[in-house]
Amino acid sequence: MATSSNNSPALLAIAEVSKSFGPVAVLRSVSLQVAKGEVVTIIGPSGSGKTTLLRCVNFLESYDSGSIRIDGKEVGYRDSETRQRRSERDLAAMRAETGMVFQSFNLFPHLTAAGNIMLGLTKVRGKSNAEARSIAEHWLGRVGLAHKADSLPAELSGGQQQRVGIARAVAMEPKILLLDEITSALDPELVGEVLAVVKSLAEDGMTMVMVTHEMAFARDASSRIVFMADGGISAVGPPKEVLAAETTNERLRTFLARFRASHF
Amino acid sequence: MLSQILYALPFLAEGFAVTLWVSLLVVVLSLIAGVLLGVGLVYGPAPLRWAVRIFSDTIRGIPILVLMFFVYYGLPAVGLHLQSFWAAVLALTLFKTAQVVEYVRGAVASIPKGQSEAAMAIGLTFRQRLSSVIFPQAFRRFLPPWINGVTDAVKGSALISLLGITDLMQAINQVIGRTYEAMPLYILGALIYFAVNYALSYASRRLERRFAFIWD
Repeated sequence: MATSSNNSPALLAIAEVSKSFGPVAVLRSVSLQVAKGEVVTIIGPSGSGKTTLLRCVNFLESYDSGSIRIDGKEVGYRDSETRQRRSERDLAAMRAETGMVFQSFNLFPHLTAAGNIMLGLTKVRGKSNAEARSIAEHWLGRVGLAHKADSLPAELSGGQQQRVGIARAVAMEPKILLLDEITSALDPELVGEVLAVVKSLAEDGMTMVMVTHEMAFARDASSRIVFMADGGISAVGPPKEVLAAETTNERLRTFLARFRASHF
Repeated sequence: MLSQILYALPFLAEGFAVTLWVSLLVVVLSLIAGVLLGVGLVYGPAPLRWAVRIFSDTIRGIPILVLMFFVYYGLPAVGLHLQSFWAAVLALTLFKTAQVVEYVRGAVASIPKGQSEAAMAIGLTFRQRLSSVIFPQAFRRFLPPWINGVTDAVKGSALISLLGITDLMQAINQVIGRTYEAMPLYILGALIYFAVNYALSYASRRLERRFAFIWD
């Protein structure tokens, strides 16, 4: 679990990525490497750029400068020098290599649980309906929803919807899974079932980058924790180090203190 | 009186056929043009968006009768001579297209942004996102105003009688001209228009239920 990015080649390499919305700098020269099999958790106050960084990784968000590579391939641009945006077809193909799970689930409401998972498999991966269906059933089984394959999203609880969301992402066999505050919209009693699924994926060796406010989960499940503040990475390291109460990082200490005050 | 009306029925039926034919042409052509322009208005490059916006706002700001007379009597001035039938179809189609554009824009805009993003995240291309994710959901919101628009098109087609086209309206007026039985003939005409539109709204309610998946 505790793979360090220093001694294995990076699967995800973010190098000096900056982005501004008008006059507001949301990412300031962020660099981060994630090795295969690593689980990297990004924490930080709201507005610190966590979600924006995650969305840059699959180019749901463009960035102004820097480079993001997955397996050595530049994600959004033909190359980082000319910054010529990839074609629509290229972008779609790149995005298929990363899975994303959203805070608000974003299941397709007109498709069943199985249908949600099958869409990418048939349209992007070119699988037959039967093949896609059996893959969908396999993953629904993995997230404990084998019996809900033919239910519409509206017939599922929030926790069940989010588990379908995870199944939809991992069924595409992405190289890396991006989780954007996936439990923030859930009732407290439903958070556990979703985190259990994430944990079992981590144990399978799935490479993950997640933004979360679940500190206990971050501490237990992460290889490394990244603390972001004001659009930059302020601290990074193993959970024990970053979450230590006696940290000398002023911003981190304030964040953790405020967090403990509001959550315990 | 009854025998006079019975005698006129075949003539009225011919007019009714013209009304249906014009309505069908207008509805189908405006649907195709409206969906294409509507998608252009939402997703197109800026010049296309402006062009569609100007087209739609202009056309919707002009009374349909003015538009029809303009096409029939005005366009010959720039060398475009259309038969009255096709002038009427063109004018009604332009008018209807501008409405369909707005229905499409409204329906597509009502789909949350997260739907597009989720579709992007699994690697769907723009066209796949439209056909598999956006349109199936937008269709349900598009349908009710569009069906309303279809019944408007059938009723509005009565205006083409003013270009001398023998549609149902014109046929009725001609029979009245011969028989002076205004009251029964206008009632008959009203009933026919009503029957068509009632059938349309009935069909639309069936369709809406068919596409009412549990979501809102």
